[in-house]
Amino acid sequence: MNYLEVLRAAAPETALAITVLMVLSVDLIALRGESIARRFGIGALVSIIGCLMAVMFTFTHYGQTDPLHGLLVVDPLTNFLKLVLLALTVFTVLISASGKFTEHVGEYLALVLLATIGLMFLVSAEDLLMIFISLELASLSLYILTAFNKHNARSSEAALKYFLFGGMSAAFLLFGFSLLYGLSGSTHLPEIAAALKGRGLDPLLLVAIVTTVIGFGFKVAAVPFHLWAPDAYEGAPTPSAAFIASGSKVASFYILAKIMTMGFAGAEGSAVWHGYVSGWTPLIAVVAALSMVLGNLTAIVQSSVKRLLAYSAIAHAGYMLLGVLANTPSSRTALLFYVITYALTVLGAFGVVTVVEEATGGDALANFAGLSRRAPGLSLCLLVFLLSLAGIPPLAGFIGKFFVFSAVVGADADQLGLLWLVILAILMSAVSFYYYLRVLKQAYVLDAAENAPAIKVPAVTMFALVLLAVLVILLGCAPGLLLRHL
Amino acid sequence: MLAWTIYISFIGVLVLMLLPREAARAARIIALLTAIAGCAVAFVGAMQQANPGEVITIVKVPWIPSLGANYFLAADGISLVLVVLTGLAAIAGILFSWNIEKRTKEFFAYYLALIGGVYGVFLSFDVLLLFVFYELTIIPKYFLIARWGSTRKEYGAMKLALYSFVGSHLVLIGLIAAWVVARAQTGHATLDLMELSKVSFPLGFQHWVFPLVFVGFGILAGLWPFHTWAPTGHVAAPTAGSMLLAGVVMKLGAYGCLRVAMVLFPDGARMWQGEIAALAVIGIIYGAGVALVQKDFKFVIGYSSVSHMGFVLLGLATLNTIGLSGAVLQMFSHGIIAGLLFAVVGRMVYDRTHTRDFNDLQTMQLGKLLPFAGVTFVLAGVASMGLPGFSGFVAELQVLMGAWKVFPKTTMLAGVGIVAGVAYTLRAVQKAFYSDAVVPEKSGHDHPLEPISMPERIGAVMLITASLVIGLFPGLLLNWIQPCLNSPLFERLLKGGLL
Repeated sequence: MNYLEVLRAAAPETALAITVLMVLSVDLIALRGESIARRFGIGALVSIIGCLMAVMFTFTHYGQTDPLHGLLVVDPLTNFLKLVLLALTVFTVLISASGKFTEHVGEYLALVLLATIGLMFLVSAEDLLMIFISLELASLSLYILTAFNKHNARSSEAALKYFLFGGMSAAFLLFGFSLLYGLSGSTHLPEIAAALKGRGLDPLLLVAIVTTVIGFGFKVAAVPFHLWAPDAYEGAPTPSAAFIASGSKVASFYILAKIMTMGFAGAEGSAVWHGYVSGWTPLIAVVAALSMVLGNLTAIVQSSVKRLLAYSAIAHAGYMLLGVLANTPSSRTALLFYVITYALTVLGAFGVVTVVEEATGGDALANFAGLSRRAPGLSLCLLVFLLSLAGIPPLAGFIGKFFVFSAVVGADADQLGLLWLVILAILMSAVSFYYYLRVLKQAYVLDAAENAPAIKVPAVTMFALVLLAVLVILLGCAPGLLLRHL
Repeated sequence: MLAWTIYISFIGVLVLMLLPREAARAARIIALLTAIAGCAVAFVGAMQQANPGEVITIVKVPWIPSLGANYFLAADGISLVLVVLTGLAAIAGILFSWNIEKRTKEFFAYYLALIGGVYGVFLSFDVLLLFVFYELTIIPKYFLIARWGSTRKEYGAMKLALYSFVGSHLVLIGLIAAWVVARAQTGHATLDLMELSKVSFPLGFQHWVFPLVFVGFGILAGLWPFHTWAPTGHVAAPTAGSMLLAGVVMKLGAYGCLRVAMVLFPDGARMWQGEIAALAVIGIIYGAGVALVQKDFKFVIGYSSVSHMGFVLLGLATLNTIGLSGAVLQMFSHGIIAGLLFAVVGRMVYDRTHTRDFNDLQTMQLGKLLPFAGVTFVLAGVASMGLPGFSGFVAELQVLMGAWKVFPKTTMLAGVGIVAGVAYTLRAVQKAFYSDAVVPEKSGHDHPLEPISMPERIGAVMLITASLVIGLFPGLLLNWIQPCLNSPLFERLLKGGLL
């Protein structure tokens, strides 16, 4: 083993780890007694510089290497995903930078970066142990980030709920992994697949599949493992919720697809209509269908925009799971396109909510009334994000849906056996239009209360939101820009 | 050249967005200039097209190669007819909303965005691109009604948006399925309408996918029983909104039925021909019957739109040249006439009297107070009931002739709808304008009604002229429509494909 080679492969993560220490020490040593805004400003600057360093290291090592036999696999795709994760982190930091929810600025930023490190290791892992460790690093950071608003009891409640559910699901995941190890004698995904080949579906493998799906179902907030999501999204400081909904989704879906298609190769089964064969695809099909139906229908009755986004996230997890279960090269590309554009969009939507919340003191639908007058630029961004989530062309969300759905139907082109899932998804997405439109109605149709002042949007946040909105439009009009990296 | 109709409209939107809030007058003028420019481009572009039977490519560049999607704008004669209609309707709508004072620039920005999307649908020859423009129109429609409308505007707007969205999603299911089947059959991915129309989809597939796509588009065309958005939406919309809804948006649906559903799945169309004709005739009679008993002036016109769009759908169901060309002609004709009717009701009458209830209007002697409005409505009314000399006559006659060849009994029923059409129009004319009901001693309005303004007069004269010209010289449009129907694109539809 060549340690220099390992260090080079892990250079971006290392750079981030050093940044974590920098952020903590700068805040602790140099910035005591300064105002929170100033501490956030400087801390954010340090974090962003760290992220840029990591981006640079990712670029200088854009090759393909696997120095630790699956613990740290670097190839162009994982590198690109790391760039996406870093970009999402930068946007999260930019959105948080004007926040007033905490005085522990250094710790907050350090945890965001730690979560990013976990997620970056996660996309590079092809080994069960490494997957579990990096997942835990990311999850533990996210639990704490959820609890960061100490002025709000719901924040702690949300974090506790998130943590308890998360701990339980980690146990399930670990149990599934241990069974896999017992069955195959290896923790390396390709070796597991090779060992399981031709064994058929014995009960142990079945249990392993189910517990793995439970573990990841929790991470991606799919029904019936979604119960933590609305509370966590609502209670957490909004930038933390944004990061949970974006960065963590990208990495989790990538690794879920990897484990399923790589580790459980040969145990796919089939989810086609009238052609059901047990395996992991029908299981995911059920979870996906439940998520789409329950997420969309429950979102209709929400009055808090953050909860609404949480239920919509559950519904979107359902669409993305379709991309996992189709299990073809084109569906994997479609899934990644979907999850990346979704992450950008939802991050933007949470960014808008952050601003509105700071200015009006809440995230209820009524707080958005007359937004188009009070902050025209902000509400235009909101329009773009929500319409993209609803799947209105030519925004990125629509193209993503088209990619996923066409790839899913195309996976069984002769019989169109997976069409039933796509029909369900498309009809549910028609339902989703209603609740997104409810928010936009508040912003564009209803008037704000008399003499409501204009909302001042911090310049940094506005910059981030406009950039995100432009990306969402651009990736919708020219999806090739993203597609060629996937 | 024609692609500039789309670009000009969206440039107009951008310019309006950059205007200061207070500049209402500037916003109106910019909107009007944009619409005129768009209409002029449409006319010139249409004139330049030497052979309307051919599909002339305007621009074709790869968009998403992995899906086989292109940015492919093109036009044949049918597109030309509808693009010209859109140009005229756009100008008229702006002339009739000259009095919008609330958030003027935003109103016209949404308005032009809607127009741009409509031009885009009529010029797209890539099904994904067509779908993009089709959905792009939903949002401005919603905001126009919800923000500037009247009578249960939020309900009407939401209903219209949801109906459109559900319809377009039915279409999306069909498109994705068709894309997959075509790729499996030909070995390469394509979303090009011309290429897809050459694929022979299996009969069993066409049997279920055709009704899905046809109904998906048909919802927006007012296909009974999915028409219920139309009366509420039309009534809730501001005048220009209902003019556009009836004038061009309903045509988007009918155009989609013809251009996508029927051209791609000709055998499916043949299988479901009878059912569509039945629904169309029910729509004709039902719309006319319900219009006959309305108390609200605008609901009469709203239901009459459902009835007249029934003729379009009946024409489509004939699957013969004369019926189809009648259907396209009826799209144009109804676009002009319904626009005019809504203009009279919404702008000339309602904006002045603030009531649309026949019981109130009866006492007002509007025929004397607003003679211009009365005469315009009479002319529009007779055009709408199909008096020879106006465009409605030629169009409906062709539809009925086409339908007679295929389903004579159903066609006779459609005649009932025509008679009812005469009845509800005359009833509306009489009740709203020329009632001899006794005027109560102290009549309600003390202040005189504001006289008909110049923009209104210009708009009305423009639309009446258009209807008359086409009524007297239908060849102008038929020369564009008929060569198209004889082109290879429609060959399988008219001559029978696998069946």
